Amino acid sequence: MATSTEATPYTIVIGLEVHVQLLTETKLFCGCRNRFGDPPNTNVCPICLGMPGVLPVMNQKAFQLALRAAVALNCQIARFTKWDRKNYYYPDLPKNYQISQYDLPFSHDGYLEIPTADGGTKRVGIIRVHLEEDAGKLLHAERGGKSQVDLNRAGTPLLEIVTKPDMNSPAEARTFLEELRLLLRYLEVSDCNMQEGSLRCDANINLHVQHNGQTVATPIVEVKNMNSFKAVEAAMAYEARRQYEEWLRTGAKLGEVPKETRGWDENRAVTVSQRRKEEASDYRYFPEPDLVPVVVSEQMLQEVRSQIGEFPAQRRLRLAAEYGIPEYDARVIVELGKAFADYFEQFARGLENPKNASNWMLQDVQRTLNAKGWTIEQFPVRPEKLADLVSRIERREINTHAAREVFAEMIESGRDPGAIIAERGLTMVSDEQQLKAIVDQVLDENPKVLEDFKKKKGKKRKQVAGFVRGLIMRQTKGRADAALVERLVNEALVARTGVPLE
Amino acid sequence: MSGESLVGRTALEHLDALAKGELSARELVQAYLERIERFDGHVQAFLLVDADGAVKKAAEVDERRARGEPLGPLAGVPVAVKDVLCTEGQRTTCASRILENFIPPYDATVVRKLKEADAVLIGKTNMDEFAMGSSTENSAFQVTRNPWDLTRAPGGSSGGSAAAVAACFAPLAIGSDTGGSIRQPAALCGVVGLKPTYGRVSRYGLVAFASSLDQIGPFAFDVRDTALLLKVIAGHDPLDSTSVARSVPDYLACVEEPLEGLKVGVVREWLSEGVDPEVATAVRDAVAVYEKLGADVCDISLPHSKYGIPAYYIVAPAEASSNLARYDGVHYGYRAARYEDMIDMYCRTRAEGFGAEVKRRIMLGTYALSAGYYDAYYLKALKVRRVIREDFDRAFEQVDVIIGPTSPTPAFRLGERLADPLSMYLSDIYTVTANLAGIAGISLPCGFTQDGLPIGLQILAPPFEEERLLRAARMYERETEWHRRRADLQQAVAAVSKAG
Repeated sequence: MATSTEATPYTIVIGLEVHVQLLTETKLFCGCRNRFGDPPNTNVCPICLGMPGVLPVMNQKAFQLALRAAVALNCQIARFTKWDRKNYYYPDLPKNYQISQYDLPFSHDGYLEIPTADGGTKRVGIIRVHLEEDAGKLLHAERGGKSQVDLNRAGTPLLEIVTKPDMNSPAEARTFLEELRLLLRYLEVSDCNMQEGSLRCDANINLHVQHNGQTVATPIVEVKNMNSFKAVEAAMAYEARRQYEEWLRTGAKLGEVPKETRGWDENRAVTVSQRRKEEASDYRYFPEPDLVPVVVSEQMLQEVRSQIGEFPAQRRLRLAAEYGIPEYDARVIVELGKAFADYFEQFARGLENPKNASNWMLQDVQRTLNAKGWTIEQFPVRPEKLADLVSRIERREINTHAAREVFAEMIESGRDPGAIIAERGLTMVSDEQQLKAIVDQVLDENPKVLEDFKKKKGKKRKQVAGFVRGLIMRQTKGRADAALVERLVNEALVARTGVPLE
Repeated sequence: MSGESLVGRTALEHLDALAKGELSARELVQAYLERIERFDGHVQAFLLVDADGAVKKAAEVDERRARGEPLGPLAGVPVAVKDVLCTEGQRTTCASRILENFIPPYDATVVRKLKEADAVLIGKTNMDEFAMGSSTENSAFQVTRNPWDLTRAPGGSSGGSAAAVAACFAPLAIGSDTGGSIRQPAALCGVVGLKPTYGRVSRYGLVAFASSLDQIGPFAFDVRDTALLLKVIAGHDPLDSTSVARSVPDYLACVEEPLEGLKVGVVREWLSEGVDPEVATAVRDAVAVYEKLGADVCDISLPHSKYGIPAYYIVAPAEASSNLARYDGVHYGYRAARYEDMIDMYCRTRAEGFGAEVKRRIMLGTYALSAGYYDAYYLKALKVRRVIREDFDRAFEQVDVIIGPTSPTPAFRLGERLADPLSMYLSDIYTVTANLAGIAGISLPCGFTQDGLPIGLQILAPPFEEERLLRAARMYERETEWHRRRADLQQAVAAVSKAG
């Protein structure tokens, strides 16, 4: 959440340029698979290799996903959009030009609302969102000096999102990225995985320094090579301090020095100057003659709008209101992804008290997912089955202890909870007479506990009661009604020793 | 039938003889291969002759015919293909060192269609490097000679294909036309060449020169064969977004039908200054033929056509500078043997791999697209393109077709224009506007100079009116005998050796 900048004599100004890979089956202009992690140069064809005479054909699905993202980012959608060539030489770019969008991007002027530290929201403006093809990857040999090219990524669809310089702290920049990732994952536009490079982020940052009653802007620096949200936050914090120190030392203002690009050095936790541009690079943009312009019809837009479900921010509010779960739980459930929240809702609908669903999701289910390295989609127990189990606790058919045992078996065998309970005889013992007899028997067999109970005081005395409950549970193979056992044990201890519980 | 009496006939005549069983596809291809063997050392139309592949395909056609299986519309007919179209497993060089050993793993859509039509692909023809030129002299490998006079250029850039037909090495050939590269060599070699409307024929697998101008088209001896070949190669292709989804008429079926009340426009600007008097006379005679046929002939004006060459030499090099950027020695093609680092590898590869004209155009185009010059050059050229298109739109409101000369001069001498690129560029003065406007055009023989050099008549029609274009051309052709003349190679060879 945004931190206060009142303590410093400057305001931080941050704008982000985010690249997001789209979750399409195939590449943007050919039929090759769009997939991370395959052996180098296996998802390639003459088109994405840029061989002579081949032509691009636009992937409609990619355009639809891009539209979905832009609509969700509240952007204006251009009814007529075209493709342009961005010309530059690099070995990871087989044609030595990138098919991108220059002066007529398919969308512009939107915003994303992000939560602020004080519980409110803030709008971060989006200047433009455009679609382009990604380049391949260079693999640099550690020794020997030769580099190799992997073109699996060449031609995969990439969304470029450019924000306004609306973020005023490193924390806000991070929050923006977290909120953007959540949104794009929810929309199934991208998996936004920074490690795999499906989300990449560069930042432009400078300071507005208060000086002699005037606001002075320091030179804008572009920061690259940030490989995690944490790195973005750390790099911005470092860069703000560095720029302030540099301003104190040199007094250089915006426009007085060429724009600098700096790289984030993760190990040393510093930014390092990469180059200073005398002027903008000349990419010799011109309209791509091999593709026809795209005309976005009202029908296309309607279709895209209908595909967009609920946004994560709305869902957070709804989950809290509809299921009566704490706002904190609602936030965590939503942040764990659409599928997780979908699971929660199906699960909660089968219960008397939905709070039990959020507890189980955030504890037992989440713990299992973490231990097994599963996603919720890979979790073998369907929500209805889990609701079947947990509702038996609510109906006092089984206790939580037994339910955990059944849960473990359900994950292993996938069998119904009812069958497991019957087979293992886990039905809860809640007959008061029966339990009272067991309590008496246990106390008769363990006279030492009565002495302990009398001798000890306060917390220690309560622990003795807990020990007795454990003996009862062991005796009943964990099936006893825990609340009832607690009452009966307390009553018996007080009656036999004559000392009060507290 | 002897081989020498077979070659020089039209594709339709061959198809008829093949269908009647008067000859086999193998005999036919053998006759052409012998002709090539005998004369291509003098003409040098081919960069590659695929004798084995051609004989194999011909044998397959014969066998399938014997079994009574259905055959494609070009079954057994030899076709020569400009070396700018990719052929799977077969060297495709664009007459450039940089692609000297490039073997594509795919067929161009047009090549695939020819194969599906059971054509016999006899070889790949010479051209100006990357289709940049008007004489075929910019080939990195050889100089093709005009079969009518071996001391003269066949035109270009599809000079190899035009010469192959004119030399009777194949009855049909495929070329590509970016600024006149089919029509101009057709005119200079005395054959028919057609540039279809932009989007009529798939460009997939055509090595790009200027993507917004390039079109593939047919060469043949006459209009009927041209219609036959166009029908085979035209049509929408899902692999080319700029190919248009319109049905393809049966051009051959209707080509003999004259156009009633045909209105013919003669471009005033194209018959005034700068045109060779013999060419002007031949074109005027052609106009007279249309008048005799009852056509309504009038003068029209294309006031902006004079800006065609300047606009073309901005747009085409601009696109080329980007299209040819991929030839960098990294992924395929030629790579310099020695270099210091990556940038040096790029520089040496391209310096050694490209010829002078290609480098000139890459520099022109790079300049025109550069920041600070873009508006003055590229953007301005796009505006000129639009007004040229508007000129044609207005003209076609008045007339059905436009006629004029294809080239201002007949075939020029080899080497004559090499030292002066501008004079070479002006060879395309009457043809570039059709590419800039994206309309259809054809060149067909309309006479010979006193020196025996062919003269071409250009006819232009609105977009996707190839049917009209072919019918109008056929009306004229039927009244004349020019298309029946064949170059006498034996005499041409003798003339050269006597002079030499």
